[in-house]
Amino acid sequence: MADKIELTINGQSVKADKGMTILETALRKGIYIPHLCHHHDLDPVGACRLCLVEIAGKWTKIAISCKTEVQDGMVVRTETPEINEMRQVTLELLIADHDTDCLACEQNTKCALQRVADHVGVNKERLQRLKSREVKAPIDDSNPFFNFDPNRCVLCGICVRTCDELQNVQAIDFANRGLGTKIAGFGDKPRIESNCESCGECIVRCPVGALTEKDYMKPTHQVKTVCSFCGCGCGLILGVRDNRLVSARGDVSSPANKGRLCVKGRFGYKFVNHPDRLTSPLIKRNGEFVKAEWDEALDLVADTFSKNKGEKFAAISSAKTTNEDNYVLQKFARAVMGTNNIDHCARL
Amino acid sequence: MKFSEIKKRADDEWKQLQQSKEPTLFIGAATCGRSAGALETKKTFQEEFEKRGINANIVEVGCLGPCWAEPLISIVKPGGPNIFYKNVTAKRATELVEKFIIGDDPLPEFALGLVGDKGDYDIPVLWDLPNFKAQQRVLFRNFGFIDPTNINHYIANDGYSGLEKAISMEQTAVIEELKTSGLRGRGGGGFPAGRKWEAGLQAKEKEKYVVCNADEGDPGAFMDRSVLEGEPHSVLEGMIIAGYTIGAQKGYIYVRAEYPLAVKRLQDAIHQATDMGLLGEDILGSGFSFEISLFQGAGAFVCGESTALTLSMEGRRGMPKASPRPRTTEEGLFDKPTLLNNVKTFSYVPQIINRGGAWLSAIGTEKSKGTAVFALTGMVNNCGLIEVPMGLTVREIIYDIGGGISNDKTFKAVQTGGPSGGCLPKQFLDTPVDYDSLKAAGSMMGSGGMVIMDETTCMVDIARYFLDFTQKESCGQCTLCKLGTKQMLNILEDIVDGKGQPKDIDILLEIGKAVNGGSLCGLGQSAANPVLTTIKYFREEYEEHINEKRCSALACKALISYCIDADKCKGCTICAKACPADAISGEKKEVHVIDQSKCIQCGMCLEKCPKKFRAVECVPGRLNEGGK
Amino acid sequence: MAGLATSLGSGSMTNTISELGGASVILAIGTNTTATHPIVALQVKNAVRNGSKLIVANPKEIELCKFADIFLQHKPGTDVPLLMGMMRVILEEELHDKSFIQSRCEDFDAFEKSLAEFDLDTVEKLTGVPQDKIIKAARIYATQTPASIIYCMGITQHVHGTDNVLATSNLALLTGNIGKPSSGVNPLRGQNNVQGACDVGCLPNVYTGYQAVAIPEIKNKFESAWGVALSDTPGLTHTKIFDACYEGSISTLYLVGENPVLSEADASHATEAMKKVDFMVVQDIFMTETAELADVVLPAVTFAEEDGTFTNTERRVQRVRKAIDPVGDAKPDWWIACELAKRLNGKGFEFSGPEEIMEEISSLTPAYKGISYARLEKGSLQWPCPTTDHPGTPFLHAEKFGTDSGKGKFKPLTYRKPGEETDGEFPLILTTDRSLYHFHSTMTRRVYGLNVLAKEELLNIHPEDASGLGVENGQMVKVVSRRGEVAVKVKVTDICPLGTVSMTFHFAETPTNLLTCCELDPVAKTPGTKVCAVRVEGL
Repeated sequence: MADKIELTINGQSVKADKGMTILETALRKGIYIPHLCHHHDLDPVGACRLCLVEIAGKWTKIAISCKTEVQDGMVVRTETPEINEMRQVTLELLIADHDTDCLACEQNTKCALQRVADHVGVNKERLQRLKSREVKAPIDDSNPFFNFDPNRCVLCGICVRTCDELQNVQAIDFANRGLGTKIAGFGDKPRIESNCESCGECIVRCPVGALTEKDYMKPTHQVKTVCSFCGCGCGLILGVRDNRLVSARGDVSSPANKGRLCVKGRFGYKFVNHPDRLTSPLIKRNGEFVKAEWDEALDLVADTFSKNKGEKFAAISSAKTTNEDNYVLQKFARAVMGTNNIDHCARL
Repeated sequence: MKFSEIKKRADDEWKQLQQSKEPTLFIGAATCGRSAGALETKKTFQEEFEKRGINANIVEVGCLGPCWAEPLISIVKPGGPNIFYKNVTAKRATELVEKFIIGDDPLPEFALGLVGDKGDYDIPVLWDLPNFKAQQRVLFRNFGFIDPTNINHYIANDGYSGLEKAISMEQTAVIEELKTSGLRGRGGGGFPAGRKWEAGLQAKEKEKYVVCNADEGDPGAFMDRSVLEGEPHSVLEGMIIAGYTIGAQKGYIYVRAEYPLAVKRLQDAIHQATDMGLLGEDILGSGFSFEISLFQGAGAFVCGESTALTLSMEGRRGMPKASPRPRTTEEGLFDKPTLLNNVKTFSYVPQIINRGGAWLSAIGTEKSKGTAVFALTGMVNNCGLIEVPMGLTVREIIYDIGGGISNDKTFKAVQTGGPSGGCLPKQFLDTPVDYDSLKAAGSMMGSGGMVIMDETTCMVDIARYFLDFTQKESCGQCTLCKLGTKQMLNILEDIVDGKGQPKDIDILLEIGKAVNGGSLCGLGQSAANPVLTTIKYFREEYEEHINEKRCSALACKALISYCIDADKCKGCTICAKACPADAISGEKKEVHVIDQSKCIQCGMCLEKCPKKFRAVECVPGRLNEGGK
Repeated sequence: MAGLATSLGSGSMTNTISELGGASVILAIGTNTTATHPIVALQVKNAVRNGSKLIVANPKEIELCKFADIFLQHKPGTDVPLLMGMMRVILEEELHDKSFIQSRCEDFDAFEKSLAEFDLDTVEKLTGVPQDKIIKAARIYATQTPASIIYCMGITQHVHGTDNVLATSNLALLTGNIGKPSSGVNPLRGQNNVQGACDVGCLPNVYTGYQAVAIPEIKNKFESAWGVALSDTPGLTHTKIFDACYEGSISTLYLVGENPVLSEADASHATEAMKKVDFMVVQDIFMTETAELADVVLPAVTFAEEDGTFTNTERRVQRVRKAIDPVGDAKPDWWIACELAKRLNGKGFEFSGPEEIMEEISSLTPAYKGISYARLEKGSLQWPCPTTDHPGTPFLHAEKFGTDSGKGKFKPLTYRKPGEETDGEFPLILTTDRSLYHFHSTMTRRVYGLNVLAKEELLNIHPEDASGLGVENGQMVKVVSRRGEVAVKVKVTDICPLGTVSMTFHFAETPTNLLTCCELDPVAKTPGTKVCAVRVEGL
């Protein structure tokens, strides 16, 4: 058990584990401190400057809560006039530099910047004095699965750190300086020409609407299941709308992948609703497949099988289907067809 | 080789030069001298000597300091003093060869001053000149006198004897000397060097680094460059002593790639020192080994910040790391303990070890010891590199060393500390120049930029200028610095463009305070200084710009007007012909009039109006159409 | 699989994926992990980030090499000499774990003797890997603990795949790197439920839980459970089934979710075989190239349309849940099989659903005994899970091995040439691998975006080989093997060593497996798709 540390946040006595930051501690206690660049999976960088807090006690200073570790006896205030003023300026600067057609944004209502704005509020007169960029940056829609809209990017760097710290791919980084700073791949070429592996982990973590899935549709309900591609067995949460799969995300509760997915896991589900799916039994007659009812097809198969029991028969099962499917199949081969000629594609 | 042998050989070579039977010509050939034409001057001398069959020594030396006198050379005739000549163009060089080297006329009218026995020369002693008298040359002691490419010149002038002494001392004793000296970091932060070195020594890891920050990025600053070009060995020696003291095996110099001559000087110096056993394996037989490599930075201003610098060296994007974070002495380059100091800081060390810490601490003020180096620029008569004892006043620097404000104008403000320093008005003329006084006044020491402004400087425009720089150089990661400086710049541009709004000063102050209070790194935290200090000390100029749409300094084009004095205009038509906007009308021999709606305030009419008439004048504010 | 089962007593991953993050050294051999098991690769890269050492052994300079401390680029088919060479270094430098060998292992002497032929000069000559690298790799593996080995098809899909596997288990046993967290031998299973298909008895020689059909007590147990007489003759393996079809001894074939036309080594042989059978039923989700050959095609559901369980590569049994109703008239595979069974008067096929099927699996399978849907609802379980209160087993062989004697068995090995060798006519080695963006072909070829990211087959070829043949990037060429030929676009890249080319097998347009070699490993009956002699001709 980690050492417990006692501190005060906004007059409330709080316990935390050693090594935790003030921000983590506060969020865990339900105390919201505005932030954009913090993500619990990533090392803190303290770039957005919104999570400043006042620390009193032995320390007396203003510091970013995302990087400051808790210490015994700390007295933290998350809201002071000085801090609020700085936060408000920061927020206004971000808003002035942000595409604010929120209703048309996929992240609407889930956006971290909206939450900050809701909490902090703005000085309208000052905000109106600030200028927006005259020219909009082009959207990078080169990747078939996601778009990058720099006009909605707050440069929190979460995507950059995800790609580096979590994926070790380093497909993107900050480019240029000053106001020209942006997220780009090597040589500032379209994203598809970078070494991006399209895992989509950055999209999941983007706090605003800068990185969004193409053709996004909000699911009406979600189902927890397992990915059907490789042997990793990643926990998957499928989003369903109108009896179709519309989304997939990693299941953070799964010990196999802890919420992470690869490109196939995240986007590969789309084969399920492909129009080429087989939708009815087919019987080949005179070299052509003809649609049939289940009973007709099953009767035909059973009839033929009944004449070919024993070693003349073989079944090959699939490593794609469930244990239950496979179990019944081998039982069928052995108990009904009387042969051990049952295998699957494990060797390939 | 033993150091005594190295030293003896160097002394011999130096003595030979001193006692040469031939005249010796020293040419200031640092980057500043070269851009003023020093190499052409050198070539002329060479050709003249060859043509006339004169045997003479020609030595390229570093920068003496006075930029205004470049190309600067000095001549020593056998037995005579070292006479410095200013602005030695090719023509003047030929004359000097003829008159002084062949003849006996020292041409005192071209001389700046002399060093050595004055004798009968009608030339002032260099150090007695007002430009030099208030200076104290510690770092600069050899600049202009020794050949930076010749390690023996350095050794003969006490070079590397600090190292020899240091490696015979306990590591803690070296640190004690530094502490006694009171030396503070010359990169601008002013952190006590002794304490930093102590932290470096105490760091537990086996692998440690010494890094020299030579990423001089302030516009108009060239202090570090002059040190690297004028005496690169002093930096190496300081770093080697540092390596020994903290127990590091490897040193890097992070130098701007835009300093090709400094890079060359350093590369040569590293080779020479290595060849002599002063660097590399088993230095001077002490068992201590230390290597130094160069790392050429790509010119990002922010890479002068310690964490951005080390990240850049690791091949990553140079962006400062936010506090709280471990000190660089705990976790620096490649996450190993790293002692990072500025060029000048390292350069002081050999002398401190040689002469003892108490020697340096005798110079300067109580809390700021030693000398300060400035690149003195702007509206001052004698621009250049100066070294003064800490605590000298701004007034002494401007009026004694700088020779006063140029063109007989009046002083308006001084800006120190680089682009994010503050602008101080005349009530600070008697402020002592040291870390703490400048900070208290709202500016900072910085790494040594000092810009003097006169009445023709518009303070709003100057704030805009500096902010434009910091805004472009912001690393881009932290919201306040990246966006805050840009929005402040937008407002300042509006103000100088006559589009200022009544609330602008308040908004500038609010954003400025947030930027300074909340930014991630030291650059951001001082980025608003030029704006905040100019508002503090020159608020009326802002108000004038915004409310009256006038620029009294006559610097902001949108807030001035040109007009023609009817009493003085003789109708010569020169101005009308010169006007690119066709804004001036008037018949020959009749009074001309400027159509203000067409005028683009280019000032061509003022420039072209014959001096005998002086009929065009520039006035603050925009005049109504129709003119005066 | 067969390899580890004989040496360790279990053919599956000894450890858990997340344990890789805690390993001090990881040996990744014959696995292009970032492409085939991206989430496992994350653990490997994460381990390296936290200071672990990584040794990559692969004929190709794969992505993982960027993170490796040592990259051993051995010639295809020389895994045994490479690993035996490392073991020889370990023994010579006395870096082996003597007490572990003595207390937990057997047959060491025979193994030690077999090392005699693997002096480093010979090993260097066979593998093409410089001796100093082998020595360095051996030292790192033997001195860092815990050490994990991961491998994949690059080890198994060889004519000597079983030998290769045994070489890995020898190495782990030699250094005592097994039976502890982050310490073991980990075959990464390719398909989402290969592990499960094996576990529940879709193998010709065993019932569920690897209970051999040839053992009378086992047969009796299943006969009484199922209420029918059963055969004690092991059936034919996958590749042998196609041979039997070809020869005519099998007349009726029932294929579920398989596309041998593309995936089978020496695919034209398999295709011919399928054309010869009298009656073939294909049960699948799309009209595959194989389904086209069938007499009856039955529409099955995908993972999103049924309930059930998958068992992943780390023996983790997890619940698969129905997200949408079956598309069209598609049905779950179990339902189809049960319907057929009922029509054939089969008994014991009246399952109400997958949960009831799992109850039967648990009742007959010791390792699954403690697994039920009720428990899986709360979270996954790693087998062995022998009782209903057993928490599952993250790593195997903690106390004893699964062999009869309970000891880890060293296996003497000798170098054997690949099944196929190059000659003047077929001078290049073709090795097959996979793309990150595809999984076989049936599913991913029908995801638009994945086909934007990887749209066609490419022949990876070393620049020198390319210039020798006078072919350039993007040019179409013909690849010819002793069995067939395909046309493919060239990608000139130095990730392939000189003399080796590589292709994937995801694209029906470029059926790579027409080229590959169907010669089998004598024990595991796995085809040697990783080494195949070819020539490349300009088109």
